[in-house]
Amino acid sequence: MVRHTDREYEGELRELNDRILKMAGRVEAMVSRSVRALVERDPDLARATILLDESVNADEVEIDEQCQSILARRQPLAGDLRFISCALKMVTDLERIGDIAVNLCERAIELAREPALTPIAELGQMALLVQEMLKEVADAFTARAADRARAVIRRDDMVDELYHGALRTMLSLMSQDPRALQRGIHTLAVAKFLERIGDHATNLAEEVVYLVDGKDIRHAGKRAAPPGV
Amino acid sequence: MSTAAAAVPSTPAADDAKRPGRAKMEVRALSAAFGSNQVVRAIDLDIEARRVLAIIGPSGCGKSTFVRCLNRMHEITLGATVTGQVLLDGEDLYGRGVDPVLLRRRVGMVFQKPNPFPTMSIKENVLAGLRLTGTLGGTDAARVVESALTSAALWDEVKDRLDAPGGSLSGGQQQRLCIARALAVEPEVLLMDEPCSALDPIATARIEDLIHVLRERYTIVIVTHNMQQAARASDTTAFFLHGELVECSPTERLFTHPRDRRTEDYITGKFG
Repeated sequence: MVRHTDREYEGELRELNDRILKMAGRVEAMVSRSVRALVERDPDLARATILLDESVNADEVEIDEQCQSILARRQPLAGDLRFISCALKMVTDLERIGDIAVNLCERAIELAREPALTPIAELGQMALLVQEMLKEVADAFTARAADRARAVIRRDDMVDELYHGALRTMLSLMSQDPRALQRGIHTLAVAKFLERIGDHATNLAEEVVYLVDGKDIRHAGKRAAPPGV
Repeated sequence: MSTAAAAVPSTPAADDAKRPGRAKMEVRALSAAFGSNQVVRAIDLDIEARRVLAIIGPSGCGKSTFVRCLNRMHEITLGATVTGQVLLDGEDLYGRGVDPVLLRRRVGMVFQKPNPFPTMSIKENVLAGLRLTGTLGGTDAARVVESALTSAALWDEVKDRLDAPGGSLSGGQQQRLCIARALAVEPEVLLMDEPCSALDPIATARIEDLIHVLRERYTIVIVTHNMQQAARASDTTAFFLHGELVECSPTERLFTHPRDRRTEDYITGKFG
Protein backbone atom coordinates (compact mmCIF):
# COMPACT_ATOMS: atom_id res chain seq x y z
CA MET A 1 0.00 0.00 0.00
CA VAL A 2 1.27 3.46 -0.92
CA ARG A 3 1.82 5.66 2.10
CA HIS A 4 1.77 9.39 2.55
CA THR A 5 5.14 11.05 2.11
CA ASP A 6 4.47 13.00 5.30
CA ARG A 7 4.70 10.25 7.92
CA GLU A 8 3.13 12.34 10.64
CA TYR A 9 0.05 12.87 8.46
CA GLU A 10 -0.01 9.16 7.66
CA GLY A 11 0.08 8.50 11.41
CA GLU A 12 -2.77 10.94 12.08
CA LEU A 13 -5.00 9.25 9.49
CA ARG A 14 -4.19 5.80 10.87
CA GLU A 15 -4.93 6.94 14.38
CA LEU A 16 -8.26 8.35 13.27
CA ASN A 17 -9.08 5.07 11.52
CA ASP A 18 -8.21 3.09 14.65
CA ARG A 19 -10.31 5.37 16.84
CA ILE A 20 -13.36 4.90 14.64
CA LEU A 21 -12.90 1.13 14.80
CA LYS A 22 -12.56 1.24 18.58
CA MET A 23 -15.70 3.33 18.85
CA ALA A 24 -17.54 0.93 16.55
CA GLY A 25 -16.36 -1.94 18.78
CA ARG A 26 -17.66 -0.21 21.90
CA VAL A 27 -21.01 0.47 20.25
CA GLU A 28 -21.29 -3.16 19.08
CA ALA A 29 -20.57 -4.30 22.63
CA MET A 30 -23.24 -1.95 24.01
CA VAL A 31 -25.84 -3.31 21.60
CA SER A 32 -25.02 -6.96 22.31
CA ARG A 33 -25.06 -6.37 26.06
CA SER A 34 -28.36 -4.49 25.90
CA VAL A 35 -29.90 -7.35 23.89
CA ARG A 36 -28.57 -9.84 26.45
CA ALA A 37 -29.99 -7.73 29.30
CA LEU A 38 -33.38 -7.91 27.58
CA VAL A 39 -33.28 -11.62 26.87
CA GLU A 40 -31.89 -12.60 30.27
CA ARG A 41 -34.03 -10.04 32.10
CA ASP A 42 -30.88 -8.75 33.79
CA PRO A 43 -31.28 -5.16 35.11
CA ASP A 44 -27.74 -5.12 36.54
CA LEU A 45 -26.25 -5.82 33.13
CA ALA A 46 -28.53 -3.12 31.68
CA ARG A 47 -27.33 -0.57 34.26
CA ALA A 48 -23.69 -1.47 33.68
CA THR A 49 -24.18 -1.13 29.93
CA ILE A 50 -25.73 2.33 30.26
CA LEU A 51 -22.51 3.49 31.90
CA LEU A 52 -20.55 2.56 28.75
CA ASP A 53 -22.32 5.30 26.82
CA GLU A 54 -20.08 7.91 28.40
CA SER A 55 -17.02 6.60 26.62
CA VAL A 56 -18.91 6.44 23.32
CA ASN A 57 -19.91 10.07 23.76
CA ALA A 58 -16.31 10.96 24.50
CA ASP A 59 -15.24 9.08 21.34
CA GLU A 60 -17.61 11.21 19.30
CA VAL A 61 -16.22 14.48 20.62
CA GLU A 62 -12.59 13.41 20.29
CA ILE A 63 -12.97 12.05 16.75
CA ASP A 64 -14.80 15.21 15.71
CA GLU A 65 -11.95 17.29 17.08
CA GLN A 66 -9.36 15.18 15.32
CA CYS A 67 -11.23 15.54 12.02
CA GLN A 68 -11.43 19.33 12.43
CA SER A 69 -7.74 19.45 13.17
CA ILE A 70 -6.85 17.42 10.06
CA LEU A 71 -9.17 19.56 7.92
CA ALA A 72 -7.59 22.76 9.21
CA ARG A 73 -3.98 21.68 9.13
CA ARG A 74 -3.75 19.21 6.26
CA GLN A 75 -6.45 20.26 3.77
CA PRO A 76 -7.07 16.62 2.81
CA LEU A 77 -8.02 15.79 -0.77
CA ALA A 78 -9.48 12.88 -2.74
CA GLY A 79 -9.58 9.65 -0.71
CA ASP A 80 -8.32 11.45 2.40
CA LEU A 81 -11.07 14.06 2.09
CA ARG A 82 -13.69 11.35 1.68
CA PHE A 83 -12.27 9.59 4.72
CA ILE A 84 -12.59 12.69 6.91
CA SER A 85 -16.10 13.54 5.74
CA CYS A 86 -17.07 9.89 6.19
CA ALA A 87 -15.52 9.82 9.69
CA LEU A 88 -17.53 12.89 10.73
CA LYS A 89 -20.77 11.20 9.68
CA MET A 90 -19.90 7.77 11.00
CA VAL A 91 -19.28 9.02 14.53
CA THR A 92 -22.70 10.65 14.55
CA ASP A 93 -24.39 7.39 13.57
CA LEU A 94 -22.29 5.39 16.01
CA GLU A 95 -23.09 7.76 18.83
CA ARG A 96 -26.80 7.51 18.04
CA ILE A 97 -26.59 3.71 18.13
CA GLY A 98 -24.98 4.04 21.57
CA ASP A 99 -27.94 6.15 22.69
CA ILE A 100 -30.35 3.58 21.33
CA ALA A 101 -28.53 0.84 23.26
CA VAL A 102 -29.11 2.96 26.37
CA ASN A 103 -32.82 3.13 25.48
CA LEU A 104 -32.89 -0.65 25.09
CA CYS A 105 -31.29 -1.02 28.52
CA GLU A 106 -33.87 1.30 30.08
CA ARG A 107 -36.64 -0.87 28.64
CA ALA A 108 -34.83 -4.00 29.86
CA ILE A 109 -34.90 -2.58 33.39
CA GLU A 110 -38.64 -1.82 33.09
CA LEU A 111 -39.47 -5.20 31.56
CA ALA A 112 -37.53 -7.08 34.24
CA ARG A 113 -39.98 -5.69 36.80
CA GLU A 114 -42.90 -7.31 35.03
CA PRO A 115 -43.78 -10.95 34.34
CA ALA A 116 -42.12 -12.33 31.23
CA LEU A 117 -43.98 -11.92 27.97
CA THR A 118 -44.37 -14.67 25.36
CA PRO A 119 -41.19 -14.52 23.30
CA ILE A 120 -41.67 -12.71 19.98
CA ALA A 121 -39.74 -14.61 17.28
CA GLU A 122 -39.33 -11.55 15.04
CA LEU A 123 -37.68 -9.55 17.83
CA GLY A 124 -35.02 -12.19 18.39
CA GLN A 125 -34.31 -12.31 14.66
CA MET A 126 -34.13 -8.52 14.45
CA ALA A 127 -31.69 -8.38 17.34
CA LEU A 128 -29.43 -10.94 15.68
CA LEU A 129 -29.67 -9.28 12.30
CA VAL A 130 -28.81 -5.73 13.42
CA GLN A 131 -25.85 -7.03 15.40
CA GLU A 132 -24.59 -8.84 12.32
CA MET A 133 -25.09 -5.68 10.26
CA LEU A 134 -23.03 -3.67 12.74
CA LYS A 135 -20.22 -6.18 12.71
CA GLU A 136 -20.28 -6.48 8.94
CA VAL A 137 -20.24 -2.72 8.35
CA ALA A 138 -17.23 -2.37 10.67
CA ASP A 139 -15.47 -5.11 8.70
CA ALA A 140 -16.41 -3.42 5.40
CA PHE A 141 -14.93 -0.18 6.74
CA THR A 142 -11.73 -1.92 7.83
CA ALA A 143 -11.35 -3.70 4.49
CA ARG A 144 -12.55 -0.67 2.50
CA ALA A 145 -14.96 -3.09 0.80
CA ALA A 146 -17.88 -1.32 -0.88
CA ASP A 147 -19.56 -4.57 -1.96
CA ARG A 148 -19.76 -5.77 1.64
CA ALA A 149 -21.20 -2.41 2.68
CA ARG A 150 -23.84 -2.69 -0.05
CA ALA A 151 -24.76 -6.14 1.26
CA VAL A 152 -25.41 -4.59 4.68
CA ILE A 153 -27.80 -2.09 3.11
CA ARG A 154 -29.79 -4.89 1.47
CA ARG A 155 -30.19 -6.63 4.82
CA ASP A 156 -32.02 -3.63 6.25
CA ASP A 157 -35.09 -4.54 4.16
CA MET A 158 -35.28 -7.75 6.15
CA VAL A 159 -35.06 -5.81 9.41
CA ASP A 160 -37.97 -3.63 8.31
CA GLU A 161 -40.02 -6.66 7.36
CA LEU A 162 -39.38 -8.29 10.71
CA TYR A 163 -40.28 -5.05 12.44
CA HIS A 164 -43.68 -4.93 10.79
CA GLY A 165 -44.18 -8.61 11.62
CA ALA A 166 -43.31 -7.91 15.26
CA LEU A 167 -45.81 -5.04 15.34
CA ARG A 168 -48.60 -7.27 14.08
CA THR A 169 -47.77 -10.01 16.58
CA MET A 170 -47.60 -7.52 19.46
CA LEU A 171 -50.89 -5.86 18.56
CA SER A 172 -52.65 -9.19 18.46
CA LEU A 173 -51.12 -10.22 21.81
CA MET A 174 -52.09 -6.93 23.42
CA SER A 175 -55.62 -7.03 22.10
CA GLN A 176 -56.04 -10.56 23.48
CA ASP A 177 -54.67 -9.75 26.92
CA PRO A 178 -55.11 -6.16 28.23
CA ARG A 179 -52.92 -7.04 31.24
CA ALA A 180 -50.00 -7.30 28.82
CA LEU A 181 -50.45 -3.69 27.72
CA GLN A 182 -47.66 -2.18 29.83
CA ARG A 183 -45.17 -4.88 28.80
CA GLY A 184 -46.44 -4.69 25.25
CA ILE A 185 -45.69 -1.00 24.99
CA HIS A 186 -42.13 -1.52 26.25
CA THR A 187 -41.68 -4.37 23.81
CA LEU A 188 -43.00 -2.28 20.92
CA ALA A 189 -40.41 0.35 21.82
CA VAL A 190 -37.72 -2.34 21.79
CA ALA A 191 -38.79 -3.33 18.26
CA LYS A 192 -38.64 0.30 17.16
CA PHE A 193 -35.17 0.74 18.70
CA LEU A 194 -33.83 -2.34 16.92
CA GLU A 195 -35.29 -1.09 13.66
CA ARG A 196 -33.54 2.27 14.22
CA ILE A 197 -30.22 0.50 14.79
CA GLY A 198 -30.74 -1.14 11.39
CA ASP A 199 -31.26 2.31 9.85
CA HIS A 200 -28.07 3.68 11.40
CA ALA A 201 -26.14 0.59 10.26
CA THR A 202 -27.48 1.34 6.77
CA ASN A 203 -26.26 4.93 7.04
CA LEU A 204 -22.84 3.65 8.10
CA ALA A 205 -22.79 1.31 5.11
CA GLU A 206 -23.70 4.16 2.74
CA GLU A 207 -20.85 6.17 4.23
CA VAL A 208 -18.44 3.29 3.60
CA VAL A 209 -19.60 3.06 -0.05
CA TYR A 210 -18.91 6.79 -0.45
CA LEU A 211 -15.52 6.42 1.20
CA VAL A 212 -14.49 3.60 -1.10
CA ASP A 213 -16.25 4.35 -4.39
CA GLY A 214 -16.83 8.09 -4.11
CA LYS A 215 -20.51 7.45 -4.89
CA ASP A 216 -23.25 9.05 -2.84
CA ILE A 217 -25.97 6.40 -2.75
CA ARG A 218 -28.16 8.01 -0.09
CA HIS A 219 -31.81 8.45 -1.00
CA ALA A 220 -30.99 6.96 -4.39
CA GLY A 221 -34.58 5.94 -5.05
CA LYS A 222 -36.04 9.30 -4.09
CA ARG A 223 -33.54 11.32 -6.09
CA ALA A 224 -34.09 9.20 -9.17
CA ALA A 225 -37.80 10.01 -9.13
CA PRO A 226 -38.95 12.73 -11.53
CA PRO A 227 -39.70 16.13 -9.98
CA GLY A 228 -43.12 16.46 -8.47
CA VAL A 229 -43.44 12.75 -7.73
CA MET B 1 1.09 46.74 -38.95
CA SER B 2 -2.48 47.69 -38.27
CA THR B 3 -3.67 45.60 -41.22
CA ALA B 4 -1.87 42.54 -39.89
CA ALA B 5 -3.45 43.11 -36.52
CA ALA B 6 -6.84 43.47 -38.13
CA ALA B 7 -6.49 39.96 -39.52
CA VAL B 8 -6.56 38.69 -35.97
CA PRO B 9 -9.99 38.64 -34.30
CA SER B 10 -9.53 41.23 -31.64
CA THR B 11 -12.60 41.17 -29.45
CA PRO B 12 -12.03 38.44 -26.92
CA ALA B 13 -15.56 37.43 -26.20
CA ALA B 14 -17.25 38.19 -29.53
CA ASP B 15 -16.95 34.67 -30.90
CA ASP B 16 -17.44 32.55 -27.86
CA ALA B 17 -19.67 34.81 -25.80
CA LYS B 18 -22.65 32.57 -26.31
CA ARG B 19 -20.83 29.31 -26.01
CA PRO B 20 -18.80 28.96 -22.84
CA GLY B 21 -17.59 25.41 -22.51
CA ARG B 22 -16.92 24.73 -26.18
CA ALA B 23 -13.31 23.96 -27.07
CA LYS B 24 -11.42 27.21 -27.45
CA MET B 25 -8.15 25.35 -27.92
CA GLU B 26 -7.69 21.76 -29.00
CA VAL B 27 -4.37 20.11 -28.33
CA ARG B 28 -3.65 17.07 -30.49
CA ALA B 29 -0.71 14.68 -30.02
CA LEU B 30 1.44 17.50 -28.73
CA SER B 31 5.00 16.59 -27.84
CA ALA B 32 7.80 18.95 -26.89
CA ALA B 33 11.49 18.45 -26.25
CA PHE B 34 14.65 20.25 -25.34
CA GLY B 35 17.19 18.59 -27.67
CA SER B 36 16.88 14.87 -27.06
CA ASN B 37 15.08 15.37 -23.75
CA GLN B 38 11.39 14.88 -24.36
CA VAL B 39 9.40 16.74 -21.69
CA VAL B 40 5.85 16.68 -23.09
CA ARG B 41 4.55 13.44 -24.57
CA ALA B 42 1.65 13.15 -26.98
CA ILE B 43 -0.88 15.29 -25.12
CA ASP B 44 -4.51 15.39 -26.27
CA LEU B 45 -6.58 17.95 -24.44
CA ASP B 46 -9.46 20.33 -25.10
CA ILE B 47 -9.37 23.71 -23.39
CA GLU B 48 -12.89 25.03 -22.92
CA ALA B 49 -13.83 28.59 -23.75
CA ARG B 50 -14.26 30.96 -20.82
CA ARG B 51 -13.42 28.35 -18.23
CA VAL B 52 -10.40 28.00 -16.00
CA LEU B 53 -8.17 25.00 -16.61
CA ALA B 54 -5.61 24.27 -13.89
CA ILE B 55 -2.58 22.17 -14.64
CA ILE B 56 -0.96 20.41 -11.73
CA GLY B 57 1.87 17.94 -11.38
CA PRO B 58 5.25 17.51 -9.71
CA SER B 59 8.28 19.56 -10.73
CA GLY B 60 9.60 18.51 -14.09
CA CYS B 61 6.31 16.95 -15.23
CA GLY B 62 6.21 19.21 -18.29
CA LYS B 63 3.34 21.44 -17.21
CA SER B 64 5.16 24.75 -17.81
CA THR B 65 6.57 23.54 -21.12
CA PHE B 66 3.07 22.46 -22.11
CA VAL B 67 1.56 25.91 -21.59
CA ARG B 68 4.51 27.52 -23.31
CA CYS B 69 3.58 25.46 -26.36
CA LEU B 70 0.12 27.04 -26.30
CA ASN B 71 1.45 30.41 -27.41
CA ARG B 72 4.63 29.23 -29.10
CA MET B 73 6.91 30.44 -26.33
CA HIS B 74 8.58 27.04 -26.04
CA GLU B 75 10.25 27.29 -29.44
CA ILE B 76 12.12 30.46 -28.37
CA THR B 77 14.50 28.31 -26.30
CA LEU B 78 17.53 27.08 -28.22
CA GLY B 79 17.17 23.42 -29.22
CA ALA B 80 13.48 23.29 -28.34
CA THR B 81 11.22 21.31 -30.64
CA VAL B 82 7.47 20.77 -30.88
CA THR B 83 5.38 18.23 -32.79
CA GLY B 84 1.62 17.80 -32.98
CA GLN B 85 -1.13 20.36 -33.25
CA VAL B 86 -2.58 23.15 -31.16
CA LEU B 87 -5.81 24.52 -32.61
CA LEU B 88 -7.12 27.93 -31.58
CA ASP B 89 -10.72 28.25 -32.76
CA GLY B 90 -9.94 25.39 -35.12
CA GLU B 91 -6.82 26.96 -36.60
CA ASP B 92 -3.42 25.33 -36.07
CA LEU B 93 -1.02 27.63 -34.22
CA TYR B 94 1.86 25.78 -35.76
CA GLY B 95 0.43 26.06 -39.28
CA ARG B 96 2.33 27.86 -42.01
CA GLY B 97 1.95 31.58 -42.11
CA VAL B 98 1.01 31.99 -38.46
CA ASP B 99 2.90 34.92 -36.96
CA PRO B 100 3.95 33.95 -33.41
CA VAL B 101 4.00 37.58 -32.31
CA LEU B 102 0.41 38.16 -33.37
CA LEU B 103 -0.56 34.80 -31.93
CA ARG B 104 0.78 35.88 -28.55
CA ARG B 105 -1.62 38.82 -28.64
CA ARG B 106 -4.46 36.31 -28.75
CA VAL B 107 -2.87 33.99 -26.22
CA GLY B 108 -1.29 36.11 -23.49
CA MET B 109 0.94 34.97 -20.68
CA VAL B 110 1.65 35.88 -17.06
CA PHE B 111 4.74 34.43 -15.43
CA GLN B 112 5.73 33.09 -12.05
CA LYS B 113 7.83 36.05 -11.01
CA PRO B 114 6.15 39.42 -11.53
CA ASN B 115 8.21 40.96 -14.31
CA PRO B 116 7.09 44.52 -14.96
CA PHE B 117 9.66 46.77 -16.58
CA PRO B 118 10.92 48.18 -13.27
CA THR B 119 11.90 51.68 -14.34
CA MET B 120 9.08 52.11 -16.84
CA SER B 121 5.99 53.86 -15.46
CA ILE B 122 2.88 51.93 -14.50
CA LYS B 123 1.07 53.43 -17.46
CA GLU B 124 3.82 52.54 -19.94
CA ASN B 125 4.02 49.02 -18.53
CA VAL B 126 0.35 48.51 -19.39
CA LEU B 127 0.88 49.86 -22.89
CA ALA B 128 4.13 47.96 -23.50
CA GLY B 129 2.49 45.07 -25.36
CA LEU B 130 0.58 47.38 -27.65
CA ARG B 131 3.68 49.44 -28.36
CA LEU B 132 5.77 46.32 -29.06
CA THR B 133 3.32 45.07 -31.64
CA GLY B 134 2.85 48.59 -32.99
CA THR B 135 -0.87 48.37 -32.52
CA LEU B 136 -1.47 51.26 -30.18
CA GLY B 137 -2.06 53.50 -33.22
CA GLY B 138 -4.79 56.00 -32.67
CA THR B 139 -6.45 54.16 -29.78
CA ASP B 140 -7.03 56.17 -26.66
CA ALA B 141 -4.04 55.19 -24.53
CA ALA B 142 -5.57 56.59 -21.33
CA ARG B 143 -8.69 54.51 -21.84
CA VAL B 144 -6.71 51.36 -22.55
CA VAL B 145 -4.69 51.92 -19.36
CA GLU B 146 -7.75 52.47 -17.21
CA SER B 147 -9.64 49.56 -18.71
CA ALA B 148 -6.73 47.09 -18.38
CA LEU B 149 -5.89 48.19 -14.83
CA THR B 150 -9.55 47.99 -13.85
CA SER B 151 -9.82 44.48 -15.30
CA ALA B 152 -6.71 43.52 -13.36
CA ALA B 153 -8.27 44.94 -10.16
CA LEU B 154 -5.39 47.40 -9.74
CA TRP B 155 -6.90 50.69 -10.96
CA ASP B 156 -8.09 51.98 -7.58
CA GLU B 157 -4.69 51.39 -6.04
CA VAL B 158 -2.63 53.13 -8.74
CA LYS B 159 -4.88 55.63 -10.50
CA ASP B 160 -3.18 58.56 -8.73
CA ARG B 161 0.34 57.47 -9.57
CA LEU B 162 0.27 56.14 -13.10
CA ASP B 163 3.65 57.74 -13.78
CA ALA B 164 5.36 56.01 -10.85
CA PRO B 165 7.78 53.25 -11.86
CA GLY B 166 6.39 49.70 -12.06
CA GLY B 167 9.09 48.59 -9.66
CA SER B 168 7.64 50.79 -6.91
CA LEU B 169 4.63 48.48 -6.49
CA SER B 170 4.37 45.57 -4.06
CA GLY B 171 4.86 42.03 -5.40
CA GLY B 172 1.14 41.36 -5.61
CA GLN B 173 0.51 44.69 -7.33
CA GLN B 174 3.34 44.01 -9.76
CA GLN B 175 1.75 40.70 -10.68
CA ARG B 176 -1.60 42.40 -11.28
CA LEU B 177 0.26 45.01 -13.36
CA CYS B 178 1.61 42.14 -15.47
CA ILE B 179 -1.93 40.82 -15.82
CA ALA B 180 -3.06 44.31 -16.88
CA ARG B 181 -0.24 44.38 -19.43
CA ALA B 182 -1.38 41.02 -20.79
CA LEU B 183 -5.03 42.15 -20.89
CA ALA B 184 -4.25 45.46 -22.61
CA VAL B 185 -3.75 43.68 -25.93
CA GLU B 186 -7.18 42.07 -25.52
CA PRO B 187 -6.17 38.43 -25.65
CA GLU B 188 -8.67 35.58 -25.91
CA VAL B 189 -6.71 33.14 -23.81
CA LEU B 190 -4.65 33.95 -20.74
CA LEU B 191 -1.90 31.56 -19.69
CA MET B 192 -0.69 31.91 -16.11
CA ASP B 193 2.43 30.04 -15.11
CA GLU B 194 2.54 29.81 -11.32
CA PRO B 195 1.25 33.38 -11.01
CA CYS B 196 1.04 33.34 -7.22
CA SER B 197 4.06 31.34 -6.14
CA ALA B 198 5.97 34.50 -5.23
CA LEU B 199 3.00 36.14 -3.48
CA ASP B 200 1.69 36.18 0.09
CA PRO B 201 -1.77 34.71 0.87
CA ILE B 202 -3.60 38.05 0.62
CA ALA B 203 -2.03 38.92 -2.73
CA THR B 204 -2.77 35.35 -3.83
CA ALA B 205 -6.43 35.71 -2.82
CA ARG B 206 -6.62 38.93 -4.89
CA ILE B 207 -5.29 37.15 -7.97
CA GLU B 208 -7.66 34.22 -7.45
CA ASP B 209 -10.57 36.62 -7.02
CA LEU B 210 -9.46 38.28 -10.24
CA ILE B 211 -9.35 34.92 -12.04
CA HIS B 212 -13.01 34.37 -11.09
CA VAL B 213 -13.91 37.68 -12.70
CA LEU B 214 -11.69 37.24 -15.76
CA ARG B 215 -13.14 33.86 -16.61
CA GLU B 216 -16.32 35.62 -17.69
CA ARG B 217 -14.41 37.04 -20.64
CA TYR B 218 -11.31 34.97 -21.13
CA THR B 219 -10.23 31.37 -21.41
CA ILE B 220 -7.69 30.82 -18.64
CA VAL B 221 -5.02 28.18 -18.18
CA ILE B 222 -3.20 28.29 -14.86
CA VAL B 223 -0.18 26.19 -13.98
CA THR B 224 0.16 25.78 -10.24
CA HIS B 225 2.12 23.84 -7.68
CA ASN B 226 -0.53 24.63 -5.16
CA MET B 227 -3.27 22.01 -5.21
CA GLN B 228 -5.57 24.10 -3.05
CA GLN B 229 -5.23 26.91 -5.56
CA ALA B 230 -6.20 24.60 -8.41
CA ALA B 231 -9.13 23.37 -6.29
CA ARG B 232 -10.25 26.93 -5.52
CA ALA B 233 -9.71 28.68 -8.81
CA SER B 234 -10.39 26.24 -11.65
CA ASP B 235 -13.30 24.52 -13.37
CA THR B 236 -11.23 21.72 -14.82
CA THR B 237 -7.97 20.26 -13.60
CA ALA B 238 -5.38 18.34 -15.60
CA PHE B 239 -2.77 16.22 -13.85
CA PHE B 240 0.56 15.82 -15.63
CA LEU B 241 3.20 13.24 -14.75
CA HIS B 242 6.48 12.56 -16.57
CA GLY B 243 5.33 14.66 -19.50
CA GLU B 244 2.07 12.75 -19.90
CA LEU B 245 -1.50 13.80 -19.20
CA VAL B 246 -2.71 11.32 -16.60
CA GLU B 247 -6.17 12.73 -16.04
CA CYS B 248 -8.26 15.75 -16.93
CA SER B 249 -11.48 16.01 -14.95
CA PRO B 250 -13.91 18.55 -13.53
CA THR B 251 -12.01 20.07 -10.60
CA GLU B 252 -14.48 19.01 -7.94
CA ARG B 253 -14.39 15.45 -9.20
CA LEU B 254 -10.60 15.33 -9.44
CA PHE B 255 -10.09 16.53 -5.88
CA THR B 256 -12.78 14.37 -4.29
CA HIS B 257 -12.67 11.22 -6.39
CA PRO B 258 -9.96 11.15 -9.05
CA ARG B 259 -10.24 8.48 -11.71
CA ASP B 260 -6.58 7.52 -11.79
CA ARG B 261 -4.64 6.02 -8.90
CA ARG B 262 -1.59 8.16 -9.78
CA THR B 263 -3.68 11.32 -9.44
CA GLU B 264 -4.97 10.12 -6.06
CA ASP B 265 -1.44 9.38 -4.87
CA TYR B 266 -0.12 12.76 -6.02
CA ILE B 267 -2.87 14.95 -4.60
CA THR B 268 -2.94 13.12 -1.28
CA GLY B 269 0.83 13.45 -0.97
CA LYS B 270 1.75 9.82 -1.42
CA PHE B 271 4.62 10.43 -3.82
CA GLY B 272 8.13 9.72 -2.58
